[in-house]
Amino acid sequence: MSEDVQAPVIALRDVSRVYGEGEAAVRALRGVDLTIGRGEFVAIMGPSGSGKSTAMNIIGALDTPTGGSYRFLGADVGGFDRNQRALLRRDYLGFVFQGFNLLARTPAVENVELPLIYKGVGRAERRERAINTLKRVGLGHRLDKEPSQLSGGEQQRVAIARAIASEPEVLLADEPTGNLDTARSVEIMKLISRLNDEEGLTVIMVTHEPDMAEYAKRIVQFKDGLIEADAPNDTIRKPDMEQPDVR
Amino acid sequence: MFAETVRQALQAILRNAMRSFLTILGVIIGVAAVITMVTIGRGSSDKIEADVSKLGTNLLIIRRGAGMGPPSAGRSAPSFTLKDVEAIKAQIPGVLAAAPSNTSSVTLIYGNENHQTTVTGTDNDFLIARDWDIALGREFFSSEVSGGKTVCILGATARRKLFGGGDPVDQTLRTEKFSCKVIGVLEAKGASSFGQDQDDTVLMPIKAFMRRIAGDQDVSSIYVAARPGASTDKVKSDIDALLRERRRIEPGEEDNFSVMDTKEIASMLTSVTGVMTGLLSAVAGVSLLVGGIGIMNIMLVSVTERTREIGIRLAIGATERQVLTQFLVEAIVLSLIGGLIGIGLGLVLGYVGSNYMRIPFSPDWTITIIAFVFSAFIGIVFGFFPARRAARLDPIEALRHE
Repeated sequence: MSEDVQAPVIALRDVSRVYGEGEAAVRALRGVDLTIGRGEFVAIMGPSGSGKSTAMNIIGALDTPTGGSYRFLGADVGGFDRNQRALLRRDYLGFVFQGFNLLARTPAVENVELPLIYKGVGRAERRERAINTLKRVGLGHRLDKEPSQLSGGEQQRVAIARAIASEPEVLLADEPTGNLDTARSVEIMKLISRLNDEEGLTVIMVTHEPDMAEYAKRIVQFKDGLIEADAPNDTIRKPDMEQPDVR
Repeated sequence: MFAETVRQALQAILRNAMRSFLTILGVIIGVAAVITMVTIGRGSSDKIEADVSKLGTNLLIIRRGAGMGPPSAGRSAPSFTLKDVEAIKAQIPGVLAAAPSNTSSVTLIYGNENHQTTVTGTDNDFLIARDWDIALGREFFSSEVSGGKTVCILGATARRKLFGGGDPVDQTLRTEKFSCKVIGVLEAKGASSFGQDQDDTVLMPIKAFMRRIAGDQDVSSIYVAARPGASTDKVKSDIDALLRERRRIEPGEEDNFSVMDTKEIASMLTSVTGVMTGLLSAVAGVSLLVGGIGIMNIMLVSVTERTREIGIRLAIGATERQVLTQFLVEAIVLSLIGGLIGIGLGLVLGYVGSNYMRIPFSPDWTITIIAFVFSAFIGIVFGFFPARRAARLDPIEALRHE
């Protein structure tokens, strides 16, 4: 992919996504404009059916828009085929899911190695990078544990390590704290904030929990397939701040 | 990258060791069956060739009926007579010995022992033609042959069954209809082709056989030995001409008897084992095919079961080709493991079977390599469809899959 470093990381222009045809057609996105620059931390919020998941899938190159344009570092993702989208995900994007989505019966370190395997990184270097990445998320002591031997918070850390192991441009997090209790959620949000602050990683996070969105620097509200509001977060919290008030 | 894919495939296979084993059971059985059949078939052929070459290159066997079919095929053709045997011996220069041979299954009784065996009615020429020595006692006196006296020469097995370690010479055996004095014992010859025990036999003069057992004057086959140095082909064609004349076969009419030399006997016998081996291998091949379908079935189940995993792999950047390769390699590695186990098992079974049947262990390495390559081929063919299905999954759908 030819990238343009001057261009915004993500630029959606009048993006629409229609499922089905004719009478039964569902218009999940109805002309969305969204530009996200390098180093931003954006929370995407909105009720279910608002189009936020569809937007996330399109940004993540898992889905393609039916209208409008999507440029990633200046490259027109709309014209990408399946293979090019796979390479975009491999080289520029890291995914974190609500359900962790780690490979079962596979040690943490091997889960983290996975994207590096697909990138063709050699065995020794791969292992070293995976270990270093797990240390970055504070799991240097749990390398050989399989997902079933890890707590939910630890599993999500492994997932984050896997997402950032290949040094992606953007971290895409889809309800990363949805399956965690409050204390664990806070830990995960602090970790993501730290990656954003200290390493300049661009983060886009879908959440419906306002407490979690508080960690973002910018909040985008979706409603009925359109962006309803897009504003900086006034009360930016740092990872080292007190825990937010949670009930 | 490829070594990496194979390593991952092995991991995935070992993660589900039990299921993997059951998956490849069909391939294991198929390959093992093919290898066993071919090994035993080849051993039998080798054994037959060795046996027949032991008969000597100068032996001819004359049988009723044209061609080389089973003995029953000759039933309709007229049998030979003792005069035919005499004529062959007297009129054809290259003939060293010509012996009539009629056989029948008879139960012999001695003391408390009774034993069912094959009784052959013949004369001393039979011993020359078959190159068979007397171990104990003597052969027939000519008076016994011409007078049709009921005297017997025992094969080694018949002797052991009836007399154990005792000396049978001059003892009298009984059958339902007559009794028979033992005059000698034959050298042990061992098992023939098809594992038949040649020593389980009893010889008696042909005329005694005709009177006491057969009840007619027919001779069913004739054993002829050519003189050393005489051309077997010449003797063969002489016999052919003589018998055509004696049996009044018009020129142009087909023979109603056959004269076979040892080479023909060998090829007849090996062609039978060849057909058997081919047939059994074909059945085994079908089970290989079924084994392949088993692999496809399990791979399809595996793809469905691992839909989520595939979704994860696709989401983190695996290309379609990489996922396809992963599942294809998994199927190939699986069926190759099955092929290897099958080859090992087949060789072991072939070895055990060969020992049991007392034939040489003679594995066919070409077939072994073919079986190995074929099992890889099965992996490719039956792994491709499930692998393609995995590679073409929609990552969003796959990730949603529970």
